[in-house]
Amino acid sequence: MIAEKQYIELYEQCRGMINEHSAALLNEPREQAYNDFCHLGFPTQKLERYKYTNVAEAFAPDYGLNLQHIDIPVNPYEVFRCDVPNLSTSLYFVVNDRFYDKVLPKASLPDGVLVMSLAEAAIKYPHLIEGRYGRLARSSKDGLNALNTMFCQDGLFIYVPRNTIVERPLQIINILRADVDLMVNRRVLIVVENGADVKLLFCDHAIDDHQFLATQVSEVYVGENAHLELYELEETHVKSHRFANMYVDQQRSSTTTIDNLTLHNGMTRNRTDVTLSGEYAETKMYGCVVADKQQHVDNNTLIDHRVPNCQSTELYKYVLDGEALGAFAGRVLVREGAQKTTSQETNANLVATDTARMYTQPMLEIYADDVKCSHGSTVGQLNEQALFYMRQRGIPLDEARMLLKFAFVGEVLDSIRLEPLRDRLHYLVEKRFRGQTMEQREQCQIHSSIAESRERKTEGQLSKCEGCKLCK
Amino acid sequence: MEKNNEQTLIQEIADKKYEYGFTTDVKTDIIEKGLNEDVVRLISYKKGEPEWLLDFRLKAFRYWQTLKEPTWGHLNMPEIDYQDISYYADPTAKSPVGGKQGDIDPELMKTFDKLGIPLEERMALSGMAVDAVMDSVSVKTTFRERLKEMGIIFCSISEAVREHPDLVRQYLGSVVPYRDNFFAALNSAVFSDGSFVYIPKGVRCPMELSTYFRINARGTGQFERTLIVCDDDAYVSYLEGCTAPMRDENQLHAAIVEIVVMENAEVKYSTVQNWYPGDKEGKGGVLNLVTKRGHLRGRNSRLSWTQVETGSAITWKYPSCVLSGDGSQAEFYSVALTNNFQQADTGTKMIHLGKNTKSTIISKGISAGRSQNAYRGLVKVGKHADGARNYSSCDSLLLGDKCGAHTFPYMDVQNPTAVVEHEATTSKISEDQLFYCNQRGIPLEDAVGLIVNGYAKDVLNKLPMEFAAEAQKLLGVSLEGAVG
Repeated sequence: MIAEKQYIELYEQCRGMINEHSAALLNEPREQAYNDFCHLGFPTQKLERYKYTNVAEAFAPDYGLNLQHIDIPVNPYEVFRCDVPNLSTSLYFVVNDRFYDKVLPKASLPDGVLVMSLAEAAIKYPHLIEGRYGRLARSSKDGLNALNTMFCQDGLFIYVPRNTIVERPLQIINILRADVDLMVNRRVLIVVENGADVKLLFCDHAIDDHQFLATQVSEVYVGENAHLELYELEETHVKSHRFANMYVDQQRSSTTTIDNLTLHNGMTRNRTDVTLSGEYAETKMYGCVVADKQQHVDNNTLIDHRVPNCQSTELYKYVLDGEALGAFAGRVLVREGAQKTTSQETNANLVATDTARMYTQPMLEIYADDVKCSHGSTVGQLNEQALFYMRQRGIPLDEARMLLKFAFVGEVLDSIRLEPLRDRLHYLVEKRFRGQTMEQREQCQIHSSIAESRERKTEGQLSKCEGCKLCK
Repeated sequence: MEKNNEQTLIQEIADKKYEYGFTTDVKTDIIEKGLNEDVVRLISYKKGEPEWLLDFRLKAFRYWQTLKEPTWGHLNMPEIDYQDISYYADPTAKSPVGGKQGDIDPELMKTFDKLGIPLEERMALSGMAVDAVMDSVSVKTTFRERLKEMGIIFCSISEAVREHPDLVRQYLGSVVPYRDNFFAALNSAVFSDGSFVYIPKGVRCPMELSTYFRINARGTGQFERTLIVCDDDAYVSYLEGCTAPMRDENQLHAAIVEIVVMENAEVKYSTVQNWYPGDKEGKGGVLNLVTKRGHLRGRNSRLSWTQVETGSAITWKYPSCVLSGDGSQAEFYSVALTNNFQQADTGTKMIHLGKNTKSTIISKGISAGRSQNAYRGLVKVGKHADGARNYSSCDSLLLGDKCGAHTFPYMDVQNPTAVVEHEATTSKISEDQLFYCNQRGIPLEDAVGLIVNGYAKDVLNKLPMEFAAEAQKLLGVSLEGAVG
């Protein structure tokens, strides 16, 4: 309990301050979370779901916390040099754990759609938050949930009312910005009501060269017949640590696509738990990891089939280079009575050096007989014959390798239904393989590549940028 | 299918008697219940063991005391009171241990006859030598003389300790050290009898070697220990069978099997495990908690585990292979069938250390009734295991909506030239297949039997012929009519 001690003491000392700069609804479960954290501590590697990541070690350094809600002087729209009013995403920023509301996109959202600060929403729309906040992400179940609930003061709230279709994707950029080593505890609550349809794109960035530790707990409620597409792209740096727990609850006939892409990071641990609570619901989960140096990426998923007639698909691909460590553990649980379940889980990995290491663990736990479930997992290297074929035709070895790696993760990228985003990501991943580092790039990749995609004359809505400085 | 018909069939199966559930009334020397250093010393004394072995036991026992029973299995394990078990039972007490055949209690002979394991060589199946172990003591080993002519040593481990102490000392605990796990430490402290096999260089064992384990006495556990050493260029096929009487208490069976395979040698190890599985309410049955491991030390050595698991209330075992020799190959074939309230958490570990090593895992799980059947396996490729190759395939078949089938494969790859593949499927018997059989006049129960046997064929084919027939029969007995 050494690593835990500093957080317990900090909380005991700063209780008042934390509460003061947050909202009553967020303060309510804090004490319970504190008790749970004292009891649970950080998850250890002896726990099946945390086998591959040493949590306590990541939390051991002394990070600063912005509990007093001190305003950080930054205008993300400027930092990103890409003020893009005509871009077909509605762009929002979350700076550390605060929703940035000083400048908002000019494009208006359909009636009733809310994208705002969670703390503010808890005051203005308590009826939307109550009963949802902390219901899926129980602080008693996971030490990280407890820690996040203890310290989180703000975050993001997205609400899509009944039968509302949000045509334009919502893009949320999480920026880590600080002058000291910083810990951020962010909370996200997403409610997609019955019959609604929304596409979300989260991009994680760190713009300062400091150590960052971000915990993010997301709760996602997908109503009956609702459709949600959620893309998460992490492009931080080697000094950044991310612990993200996402809990999704799906009602009858809803569909959810979750795409998780990790291109640049330090240590990442994503836990994604999807519960299918209504019949005929469908979940698709995709993941793509490109890691080298000492990057550490651990994806841990659970798909809980509670009711009959649901479908789930999972596809995760890793390319590991350098001394990277990759871990994938996916569990599909089919409960008693969840008949006619169809589930398919695939994890394929490329290990390119003898210092990289891959752990993979696809699991099936099935208590119903009329099901079709399968999983497959491979760890291997590039096909020698394919390499030979390309070299024979004059393609240099490095280029050939790159092409094959690119084709390998291409399967995941092709699952992205948002066409312009898919094009952009293809481009980003290619760049990533070509070894471009973050230092060489200065701004949000999604936006910066607009100019380049123009050069490449690719068509797509996202390339219609007319406003940003880069384009001018 | 008409529900009624199905119900009666299921009922018939549930009521089906466990064929080997009888007890033998024979005077057995059982030591008092409980476990402490004195018991360990007493066992060692009764077996007339040398000092070094007693030391080994005591070290293991002291280490065991520091351990806690593991709980990570996907099992609902009843609490085991280690002080409520007798750790040594000798049914041959009436006659001097190691005496001539004439000295064996005729009751014992009858028991093994009834189990289909005749101990008289003229009656025995040709081509199979048997070591028969009841409770803590080896009753008889057949064909010893004939094997001896070729330099093959096949005897009980107690005799081996007396007659070939150097060999035993060299290899005992070298594959499964007493510090390996909780049950390995327990076994190392109190192990009783088991078989010892040594195949000298270049010898191809002319017959199947086999050990038959039988638990008879009440309130005891069986802690057998088997050690197989196959020297350069040698070959042996070894079979293991086991049964126990029907009792409403849980009996503990914690065994260790160690196999050493040297250069170019090949070992085939087959098990048909048919311990008493408990009654249809889930009462009683054997707790089968076993550590089995083979060490492929030499270049191009080969080891194959084949197991058919139909018995035991709880099966918790992972026959493993450590592939250290370059070019070594390991295989694991398993059919695990659970019915009623049986639970199984079984699989394998393939640890690739040498270069160009290969392993194959084929696992077939069948769950019926209210049973839980889990495959758990590890494939690990070390840093220097260039060119390692693994293929795993785990299929589960569910018969009934109250049972569970689970797959927990672990893969840990550290080498860029390794190719590791895993695939698993879970499904129930296809309605189409059943319909097809029915249409052609094959009744439901036969159709299920056919389909299940076909499903398990990949594994059954790997068994020696006599065992394959028995295994096939066993699968049939346990499955008829259990269609969900």
